[in-house]
Amino acid sequence: MKLTLNIWRQADAAATGEMRTYALDGVSEDMSFLEMLDVLNEQLNAKGEEPIAFDSDCREGICGTCGLMINGQAHGPEVTTTCQLHMRSFKDGDEITIEPWRADAFPVVKDLVVDRGAFDRIIQQGGFISANTGSAPEANSVPVPRDKALRSFNMATCIGCGACVAACPNGSASLFMGAKITHLGELPQGQPERDQRVVNMVGQHDHEGFGGCTNIGECAAACPKEIPLDVISQLNKDLRTALKHGH
Amino acid sequence: MTPVATHTSAPTLVKGSRAARSTITLKILMAASGIVFIGFVLVHMYGNLKAFAGHDAFNEYAHHLRTFGEPILPYEGLLWIVRVGLIAALVVHVASAYALARRASTARTQKYAVKKNRSSSLSSRTMRWGGVTILVFLVWHLLNFTIGKINPSGGATNDPYNLMVDTFDLWWMTIIYLVAMLALGLHLHHGTWSALQTLGLTGTAAARTRAKTAGWVLAVVIAGGFSLVPLFVLLGVISK
Ligand code: HEM
Ligand code: SF4
Ligand code: FES
Repeated sequence: MKLTLNIWRQADAAATGEMRTYALDGVSEDMSFLEMLDVLNEQLNAKGEEPIAFDSDCREGICGTCGLMINGQAHGPEVTTTCQLHMRSFKDGDEITIEPWRADAFPVVKDLVVDRGAFDRIIQQGGFISANTGSAPEANSVPVPRDKALRSFNMATCIGCGACVAACPNGSASLFMGAKITHLGELPQGQPERDQRVVNMVGQHDHEGFGGCTNIGECAAACPKEIPLDVISQLNKDLRTALKHGH
Repeated sequence: MTPVATHTSAPTLVKGSRAARSTITLKILMAASGIVFIGFVLVHMYGNLKAFAGHDAFNEYAHHLRTFGEPILPYEGLLWIVRVGLIAALVVHVASAYALARRASTARTQKYAVKKNRSSSLSSRTMRWGGVTILVFLVWHLLNFTIGKINPSGGATNDPYNLMVDTFDLWWMTIIYLVAMLALGLHLHHGTWSALQTLGLTGTAAARTRAKTAGWVLAVVIAGGFSLVPLFVLLGVISK
């Protein structure tokens, strides 16, 4: 199939970027979205032009490195990651607009690549449990009720891709934080640091310049891992509890 | 082209974060003040329906609001307690709405060329303009019936029932009130569920559905209930 691509080009973090239009022919519907961009880059290379920079790593939907705004939708029209999106979701003759995640806390590094270091710093503030290593305890010594284990596991599937921020009209990272808070908060191992975790993560989130949540719900609709809005309720509840405990 | 080293706007880890200074606390204040408003508009809407009981019943109710609690409370005592509470809630609500709206506008300074809404409701996307609409309406509404007692058709202003009928006999006044009720209905549709979510009371899919249903019910009951009186005045059912 034949496509018209409008793609954001930006030489580096300091440059002002612009949208540029490319025509691409011979795209197979079995290609993934990133393979389609690979084909375009080969053509640009052959012409001696600078290829389009974009992020990817696993290309199997588990690492969270890839992420593009495709026709105004984070990760495109399906509920999946950009690397798992296939060209059969598009039609011959389609015009596709491709932009990087837009959030001031995710500055553009080059073209479609953004720096999501802000997420790493939020994780550094509490997305962990403290445990002594070296002497692994007997796994069955800490019982976890089934429902809690299941909820914790489901929320642990967040891959930190940033689609929630990209889709949110407020540029908030509440769904991401909520996923981490719920993942660790449902487990006995997550309890000792629970109050401190939410306060520090939210403090870092606000410091990075993400917006406040207004429960609009675009995040959950964009999330490739289908993290539900309940985790934001959990996040708010944990913060309210920490407030009550004087943190 | 050599890409320059990654630069981030805030590469530091913050220390000494406080729960009270977070954006979520702003939201909790907004939710709490919003719930105060919901309580008020429910009672206010119920009171307005007294218009259907006629001139004397309506004015008696208005008078009763002022003498409620006497002689323990002074004349208009309860009314002033409620007014002070509402003014405080309004200051909190608007100030936190403003702070959050400003944050949101700086969180994404470079807009998307193309952006689609996938699942958000119209009401959720119009909270800020809807809120401003309600605020502007509120100023007129208080000038009309409380502070100014302005009779737009030029008649007497010392009789609450007659002032109300004179106002809504003008079709364009009724339109202004109905537009304001549309804004209020939209605000309540999203605001009710949003407040429950902000307070952390919607931790399951079922609770979320219930909260959204509550939003619909409150929006229809409150905005619909308020709209009945102006509509029925205009239709001539309620008259002097
Ligand atoms: C006076 C002018 C008003 C302004 C400027 C205003 C503005 C706002 C804004 C911007 C929001 C946040 C939107 C969001 O969370 O998505 C909000 C939330 C809310 N508003 Fe208002 N509003 C006003 C009046 C009212 C009134 C009269 C009521 C009730 C009858 C009300 C009830 C609520 C509720 C329940 C929320 C949800 C709080 C939350 O998100 O947790 N507001 N308002
Ligand atoms: S919550 Fe979903 S959209 Fe947000 S970072 Fe995690 S996986 Fe990506
Ligand atoms: S490249 Fe790993 S999730 Fe897409």
